[in-house]
Parts: sequence; C-alpha cells; structure tokens
Amino acid sequence: MKNWLILHVHVFLSALRKFFSTPLSSLFNILVIGIALSLPAGMYVMLKNIQNLAEQKIASPQISLFLSMDTSKDDITRIDRQLKQHAAVGQARFVPREQALEQLKQTTGLEDVIGGLEHNPLPDAYIVHPKISDASALKTLKHELQRWPKIEHVQLDLDWVQKLEAILKFGLMAVLILSMLLGFALVAVTFNTIRLQILTQREEIEVSRLIGATSAFIRRPFLYFGLLQGLLGGAAAWFIISISLYMLNSNLSQLTDLYSANFTLHLPSTEDQLALLLLSACLGWMGAWLSVSQHLWKIEPR
Amino acid sequence: MIQFSNVCKRYPGGIDVLKNISFTIGEAEMVFLSGHSGAGKSTLLKLIAAIERPSSGSILVNDQNISLIKDGALPFLRRNFGLIFQDHKLLYDRSIFENVMLPLKICGFDHRESAKRVRAALDKVGLLNREKANPIALSGGEQQRLCIARAIVNRPSILLADEPTGNLDTEYSGEIMKIFRSFHQVGVTLVISTHDEGMLGQFNGRVLALKNGELHP
Repeated sequence: MKNWLILHVHVFLSALRKFFSTPLSSLFNILVIGIALSLPAGMYVMLKNIQNLAEQKIASPQISLFLSMDTSKDDITRIDRQLKQHAAVGQARFVPREQALEQLKQTTGLEDVIGGLEHNPLPDAYIVHPKISDASALKTLKHELQRWPKIEHVQLDLDWVQKLEAILKFGLMAVLILSMLLGFALVAVTFNTIRLQILTQREEIEVSRLIGATSAFIRRPFLYFGLLQGLLGGAAAWFIISISLYMLNSNLSQLTDLYSANFTLHLPSTEDQLALLLLSACLGWMGAWLSVSQHLWKIEPR
Repeated sequence: MIQFSNVCKRYPGGIDVLKNISFTIGEAEMVFLSGHSGAGKSTLLKLIAAIERPSSGSILVNDQNISLIKDGALPFLRRNFGLIFQDHKLLYDRSIFENVMLPLKICGFDHRESAKRVRAALDKVGLLNREKANPIALSGGEQQRLCIARAIVNRPSILLADEPTGNLDTEYSGEIMKIFRSFHQVGVTLVISTHDEGMLGQFNGRVLALKNGELHP
C-alpha cells in the first residue's frame, strides 16, 4: 500500500515536472482550456446572479389594478371595501393618479416631459399584495378582479417572474449545450497533447514494453498529465471568471448608481467552484485516456 | 529452462523464417546461436522473449507455454529476461544512471535499494564513474556495456543477447564476452546470437547453428 502510494506520488511529480519542462506550450494549453471553460462557466455565473436578483427583488408577487379614467369616488370606496373583504387579498394600497404622476416624475427624471402634458394620463391604481403565492391561484384571482366593474386592467407581476424564469431556463439550457461542446474541446485538446507526447516518447514506451512494463505503468504518466492539465485549465477558467467579475463589478456600480439600485455580481458557491475543477480534471483525464488507448497499442516492440 | 518443440514462424507474405525448430536449453547453460544474417537468429530470440508469437509449435520457458500466454501476463514474463539489443535501445533523454534504473522502476522497487543495485550493475560493466553522463557521450562498446547493465540490474535468470558484438572491434567484443562469461559462472542462462564464427571458437558453449531457418546439428 505504501509502495503503491509512493509510486503514484512519483508519477504525479514527474507529470508536474514534464508540465513545467515546456512552460510556454503548457501555458498555452492551459489558456485554451481555461478560455473554453470560462465561457459556459461565466454564463452560468451570470445566470445565477440574475436568478438571485429575481428572487430578492421580485420574490413576492403583486397585482396592480388600474381603474378606468371615469371612476368616481363612490366606485373607489366600493372597490376598497371589496378588496378588504376578499379572502385572498392581504394588503391593498390605493395609489391616486396625482401621486402616481409625482412618483413617475421623481423616479424617471422625466420632469420636463411630464410637465408639458396637458392632463395627467395616469389612472388611479391599487397595489395588491395577495396572501397566496401559488401561480394558478394567483391567475384565478387576477381573472376575478378583471371582471369587476370600473377595472380597466389587471397586471399580475407573476407574469414577468414567469417570463424571467422561462428565460433563465432557456439560458441554462444554452449553458448546458455550450458546456458540452466546449467540454468536447477540452477532451480534444488533451487528446492531441497526449498524442504528441506519446509520439515523442515512442522509444521510451517501446523499451519499457520490452523490459516488462505493464500497460498500466505506461498509461499512468499520461493519465496524470491529462488530469493535471485539466485541473490547471479549470483553475485558469476560474481565474478568468474572477478577474472578469471584478472588472465588471467596478463598472456595474456606476450603472446601478444611475438606477439607484444596489447590485453586485457574486462569485458562485464553493461547491460550484469545486465542481468546475473536478469536471475539468475529469475531462482532461478522459481525453488522455482516449488518446492513450487510441495510440499506445500502435507502439509494439519489434 | 527453454524448450522449443516444432516451432515454425511465418511472416505475412508466406516467408518461412523458422522451420520446425526443436531444442532444449538447460538451466545455467551458455548457448550460441550462429548463422548468417537472415538465418532467423533474431526471430528466434524474439520468440523466446514473446516479442513475436510462433505460427505453430510450442515454446516453454520455465515450464510455462509462452505461445499461449495472455497479453496481460506478458510484462511479468519479460521480467525473467535480460534483453541485450544490437542497437542498444538506450534512452538519450536521461542519464546513464536513469537508463539502468528504468527496469527497477517498472518493477516497482524501493528507491534506495534500486540505487544500490544500479551502481552494482554499472560497476560490473565498468561504467560506475560515468553514471551522471548522457549515454550519447559513450562509445559504441560502452553503449553496449550500458545495455548489458540495464539487462542485468533486475537480476534475471535468462539473458538474451542479439548480436552483442555485431558492430564492435575485437578488443571491445573480447571485453563484452568476458562480462558474459562472468554471468555464466554465477548461474545465469545465456543465449547469445552471433554471426562471428571466430568468436565461437574461443568459448566452449553449445552452438545452435541456424541456416535458412533450420537447425543444423
């Protein structure tokens, strides 16, 4: 057992040595793998951030009721009462049209434009926070409110939560496809590196075979090399993503300040980071394995 | 130790390199394979080391039928042999010491023990003071001696040498034959192929004479 461990440590160290004996080509290999991996991984990080934002800011669905322009005070009192009596409605806040206009002026900075209007185009509105959160129940509620008299339009924010969810799902699918394609690229890069190594070490392999090396012995250094290259490529991808996020965040703060929002991009969880490293190491190992099993049997001693 | 029974070897294209070869080599015997180039000497050695498989017949090494041996068991069979090649097959990307180390590394020997054995083997062939050099710096005779050191470092029971003195002048060949004789004295089985008839006279080993793929008694 101890001997076995020492053997593997030795093979790993010699793979490491081999890796650094050709620093430039090793560096380029790592960069190719790193860039290939950072595309899907970076997209994944972005999606995760958007998802987080969506969950934070729009977690509780709300319903906006827009009343028709000819609504009278009596109608409003009636609607108010109806809303308060409704079992599914938790809270309902009346937003008079003047206040809505004022808010619009403040938040958008379109003061001049709005000031130029002859009359207030905004209707009176209610912001309703329902007690329920189930999507289909919310939809039923929306349809019910829609049928009330003097209610011009009902907007359920769930719509766009759902839209966002659909977009995120779509994005995740795109990330998955991209990861698969670029995963293949990683395997191909390793396959080729190992193929070249096998060719340059042809003599050593041949002699080793002649003096009693098992296939496992001959395969091992190449597998370790593939594993190492994949692992370092994953780390490079990681590095690329971190730097990019750092650079994006410094610009993002300018952008979010303009919208008076507070939002920064976060690095993904430790599990996700480890998964990336593990995956790239596995893919590197796989590429090496494919290459070795493809090319090694061709080197038979004669 | 080594037993051939009716062994034939035919290469693709219908060329019979060896025809119906039968012989036995006992333990600790020193045997010369003689014959012109193309007589099948190298093929016969390759059959013993299972580098080639016979087309028919059976080959027993240490009572194991190596014509039936599985690929996975081949490496362990080969560890019984020390192989000495006419073209040395040395690795020029590493030192002399590391060249001799390779067989021990393959067998998974402890590092410190291996280093001792490597030095002992190098000492035996008179290259101990050159251990850090690259084999490319060695002369033809020295390279052949290095090849011998690599073959014996594993302490094999059988040494197979294919034309070990093929490219060397008489002085160097004499040295190498002296090394072989010392192995013979400590009980190693030796099979040495040569086309040098003069050399055979100097030794009283058994001679297997090959001519056009057949054994001539």
